[in-house]
Amino acid sequence: MKNENEESSRRNFLKLGLLSGGAVIAGASIVKALANEEPKKTGEMVKVLTADGKMVEVDSSMINHPSEQVLKEHAIREGIAGKKFIMVIDLARCANERKCIEGCQSMHGMLAPIEYIKVKRMQDSELAAPYWFPQTCYQCDNPPCTKVCPVDATFKRTDGIVVVDSERCIGCKFCMAACPYSARTFNFGRPEQIAFTEAHKSDQDKCCTSPSTEGTVSKCDFCPESAAKGILPSCVTECPNGTIFFGDELEDAVTNGEETFRLSELLQKRAGYRQFEELGTKPRVYYLPPVNRQFPFEEATEVHNQAE
Amino acid sequence: MIKNDISLDKTTFETFTQEEYMVMKSDLLQPVQKIGIWGKVWIGFLITICLLGIYAYYIQESKSKYVTVSLRDYTMWGVYISNFVFFVALSLIGVLMSAVLKLTHFEWYRPLSRIAEIIAVAAIMLAGVSIVAAMGRPDRLHFLVLHGRIQSPIVWDIIVIMTYLVTSLILLFIPLIPSLSTCKNHLNGKPKWQMKMYEILSFGWEGTAEQWKILKKSMKILTVLVIPLGVSIHTVTAWLFATTLRAEWDSTNFGAYFVSGAFLLGVAGMVVAVFVIRKAYNLEKYLTEMHFDKLGKALVLMSFIYIYFNINEYLVPAYKMSGLHANHLLSLFTGDEAFFYWSVILFGMVIPGILPLFPKMRKPLPLFIITIGVVIAAWFKRYLIVIPGLAHPYLPIQDVPNSWKHYSPSLVEMTIVAATFAAMLLIVTLFSRFFPIISVWEVAEGKLEGKDEIINYK
Repeated sequence: MKNENEESSRRNFLKLGLLSGGAVIAGASIVKALANEEPKKTGEMVKVLTADGKMVEVDSSMINHPSEQVLKEHAIREGIAGKKFIMVIDLARCANERKCIEGCQSMHGMLAPIEYIKVKRMQDSELAAPYWFPQTCYQCDNPPCTKVCPVDATFKRTDGIVVVDSERCIGCKFCMAACPYSARTFNFGRPEQIAFTEAHKSDQDKCCTSPSTEGTVSKCDFCPESAAKGILPSCVTECPNGTIFFGDELEDAVTNGEETFRLSELLQKRAGYRQFEELGTKPRVYYLPPVNRQFPFEEATEVHNQAE
Repeated sequence: MIKNDISLDKTTFETFTQEEYMVMKSDLLQPVQKIGIWGKVWIGFLITICLLGIYAYYIQESKSKYVTVSLRDYTMWGVYISNFVFFVALSLIGVLMSAVLKLTHFEWYRPLSRIAEIIAVAAIMLAGVSIVAAMGRPDRLHFLVLHGRIQSPIVWDIIVIMTYLVTSLILLFIPLIPSLSTCKNHLNGKPKWQMKMYEILSFGWEGTAEQWKILKKSMKILTVLVIPLGVSIHTVTAWLFATTLRAEWDSTNFGAYFVSGAFLLGVAGMVVAVFVIRKAYNLEKYLTEMHFDKLGKALVLMSFIYIYFNINEYLVPAYKMSGLHANHLLSLFTGDEAFFYWSVILFGMVIPGILPLFPKMRKPLPLFIITIGVVIAAWFKRYLIVIPGLAHPYLPIQDVPNSWKHYSPSLVEMTIVAATFAAMLLIVTLFSRFFPIISVWEVAEGKLEGKDEIINYK
């Protein structure tokens, strides 16, 4: 299972690096790679989009990863230069399979019942149809949480991500009170969680800007370390239905790993909206309404997270 | 009004003689002079509760908070925060009972002002303790200084609370200086260090005309200053809630609503304190039925003001019953919290608003019983502001363990809260055992009102 995950994230890593993470940059890298001497071939072929819009298959060794350097210099308080991360969630595709939750928990080393991404059953009125509603931190552009932090432990980065610095957080939980979406969670030091964190503290495959520590706040962070490497967040890659799209607003492109859309077109065509627009928080997560659903709505038969 | 250089033998008055002054002095020094067996038992009891609280805090910090406290992601603020709000509210007692009455020349404030001041100082300290107990990482408390950001309401709160604490301490201390001199000259059989303490703290007070002038002037400035400060601390505490986007706290009414509640609690707390001090220290001559009568009337006024703000806060949104407010309001009116909510309305506002309208209810004992109800209701009122507000977020709470949905404080939390109360009572008790809890010179000055002569309060 774990190997499979690694496999798939490696595949997606390449996919994003080329498809959405930077179609233009990737194109440019290939040109550069082709111009130079051929590096040693790996035998793995990947699809890339060239600058003139053609799909070609090249050996993975031919691709430059400009973001590797960015990652090396990456500091938690600075965003990844030239990026404005954005997410689009297509409610028509969510079947509450909870794979995003599991993938996220595995990526961040968090155990249930802590969920950085939640899937909620929503029904706007009695006559309206119920639908499944995946909810992450919205990485708001006008974040109410960062305003109230007394010690600058949570802040907005240039790449649009709102991050918690667990080395700084004093655990006053004011940001949690301020967040109207209840997106934040507090590490109360649940014994199972502490033991798990301790056992996995040297794992290199965990993505965390600032790993959750006891007595501090943590939350969904859009997996910026993965993004810097060109890997999609695990909630995106784990979803079997391609519900969640991730991308860069500046590139105007979002992808779920299989399909890539022009962001502005997608939002216009599918009437994208943001949750509680009236609160003025300006979320960076858009929803596509649950119309023309791919699956009929089925009530969850299983209860999760009942264990204390 | 105050002159000096009048020798003691000349000072005789129609209503207040030198002999009466000496009797009064020994009456008011009595609690300091002699601590009875029950006094010691009481102090021992309070210290025990405080130690239990310290032990509970040790457990909380050394073990997993997931196990020791009932706080979870949705109700991440629990009794510690509501207790904090309660103590901040209680600390406004100093503003009301000492400053406001003093400046508006209600002469009956005189024996009450020091009681009010020490309760204010103790309450604001314990408010700070409650906040630290609520922190996830108390070891990073100094980050507030190192990395403090002025745009955070928490930082505003810390600034005004610290200012208020310092101002209140000075305002408590300055009128105490002549009393310290009195203690130094009239107490006997006390340990050396205690006499030395009076000696040092009285700063060479001799009661010269100039000293009196400075004392009066600084008291006046501080008294004026402490009113806006007191109003600020509770308003800013209200803003901790009102600056969030949560529907149930999203109210422009919040600051005034909190301050009015604090004034009601202040009057009620004063009645309780006066009743207990009067009985325990046999001070019926100084804390008279007149005081209860006046405080009873003040209680009615404050109840009606608080009811007014509660109508604004609850009934106006309830009339509209918007989707954002409905869950929260219905849970208070008819849901899970209804019993608490209506009990608080009844004991915390309606009864103190109506019963003391009858003169019989303004006698010490009935008023004491009424105000005990008000104080308890006031604590639960803060609980009802903080916790149900958190339990009804915009997005539904789903698929979480049971303990995440319903908050009820754990034993550790309740012990720590109980210890904050014990610590507050302990501070007030110990203070009254080392310093005259009723200001001797202020009461004497009141007796001399309208006369030019002055006793040199040695």
